[in-house]
Amino acid sequence: MALRGNLRDFTVTQLLNLINLAHKTGTLVIEGPSEVARVAFRDGKLAYAQVGQEDNRLATVLHRSNRLTAGQYNAIIQRAAHVTDKELGLLLINAGYLSQGDILTALQAYFTDVVRRLFTWVEGFFRFENEMMPPEDRINVRLDLENLIIEGARQLREWEQLQDEIPSLDMALKFTERPDTNIQKMNLSVEEWRVVSFINPKNTIRQIGAAAKMGDLEIRRIVYGLLQAGLVEVVRPEGAPPTAQERTRAAAPVQDKEEQKSLVNRLITRIRSI
Amino acid sequence: MQTVKMVVTGPFSSGKTEFIRSVSEIDVVATERKISSDAEKTVKQATTVAMDFGRITVDEDLVLYLFGTPGQKRFDFMWEILSEGMLGFIVMVDSTRPETFREARSILETFRAYAPTPYVVSANKQDAPDAWDVEDMRHALRLDAKVKLLPCVATDKTTVKNVLLELLYSILAEMDGGAK
Ligand SMILES: Nc1nc2c(ncn2[C@@H]2O[C@H](COP(=O)(O)OP(=O)(O)OP(=O)(O)O)[C@@H](O)[C@H]2O)c(=O)[nH]1
Ligand SMILES: [Mg+2]
Repeated sequence: MALRGNLRDFTVTQLLNLINLAHKTGTLVIEGPSEVARVAFRDGKLAYAQVGQEDNRLATVLHRSNRLTAGQYNAIIQRAAHVTDKELGLLLINAGYLSQGDILTALQAYFTDVVRRLFTWVEGFFRFENEMMPPEDRINVRLDLENLIIEGARQLREWEQLQDEIPSLDMALKFTERPDTNIQKMNLSVEEWRVVSFINPKNTIRQIGAAAKMGDLEIRRIVYGLLQAGLVEVVRPEGAPPTAQERTRAAAPVQDKEEQKSLVNRLITRIRSI
Repeated sequence: MQTVKMVVTGPFSSGKTEFIRSVSEIDVVATERKISSDAEKTVKQATTVAMDFGRITVDEDLVLYLFGTPGQKRFDFMWEILSEGMLGFIVMVDSTRPETFREARSILETFRAYAPTPYVVSANKQDAPDAWDVEDMRHALRLDAKVKLLPCVATDKTTVKNVLLELLYSILAEMDGGAK
């Protein structure tokens, strides 16, 4: 039976479970909303992963995991672009820079990270290609899937809970009138700030997610955090879905010049009184 | 309920967080993180990672939000997001660190490109003994005589109010100009 379908019916975690149990060899191709991921397995173990256009060459992976300095990395990119990953790995090992273990650990961490990101994909099509394997010149790893499956299952439960907490992404958010006093203690992440900067009763959660380039799970998780912190509340969106231009105006939704001027004058009076 | 926003930008450690803190009615939500690079470490210990966020309630149906941008270049992907829909912006410049003037200039140009809104430049830390004179800074920053360059001490509410008011006057003036 061809292994293909929709992520809505069959989650990434369930797919991993199946690949693990059936000791499958081949590539799982997932077409998500904005990019395509390819994850290769050998005998039911993770071998290789690639998502979208993301650079997953050995030099880049090693540099990102601080195994190569910026100088070393640049030298490799500029002068050894024609060297394959396998060759580069051997060169680095022979030169005594890194051990085989170092290289495999860095790649494993990267591939695992790709799979973790896939857990947040809840929409998209998948298919398993038995014949397809990563390019010959790339280094593969052999990583048991059990831990990833457990992690995925945990996320799945979280996903179900979040769906209960935030049933619809077509609602909007607004700042609460009196944010909690402990707002100061909140340690917002860059992602949370990204969401905060789009909050406006005219933007639905779905639109905020799209603008901030976040998947459903990610945006739900962040909104849930902001709700818990008392910073925002869920409201019915104002009017029709705004265009980009309207979104700009939404921050200062003033219609005519006189109204605009009165608004600025109110601001002036208020600031003078501080 | 309407919300309007202004953005406070400027180089690393120029005083953006301090500025917003001086006038915000809520405790400024700043995500400060310990600094990683040694060059930046000699200046101060913590930097704003994403942005600061301050609020001034005007009346029952109008609230002004002040957003401070992160100073470090590697967070500049936030700038465009933040500039969307802003009423105007303030460029903070540390008057004691001429080595940052060039960057301040480049930040100013970047924000101008994002949105054609009014802006003012704030010569901050004027209380420091080694602060540059405002007029010298105007030359160093290559600011046109029309651009408002305002002395400021971010910890002193009066000067902060003045910067905000001057920006609002510019906004008002532009509305009048456009009406003709
Ligand atoms: N003397 C003096 N010190 C100031 C003034 N404004 C800010 N400072 C100090 O300058 C340092 C930097 O101020 P911040 O407000 O953190 O600067 P920032 O622009 O938010 O910095 P980043 O978020 O890291 O870009 C702090 O130690 C402040 O106390 C001022 O007007 N006068
Ligand atoms: Mg700051």
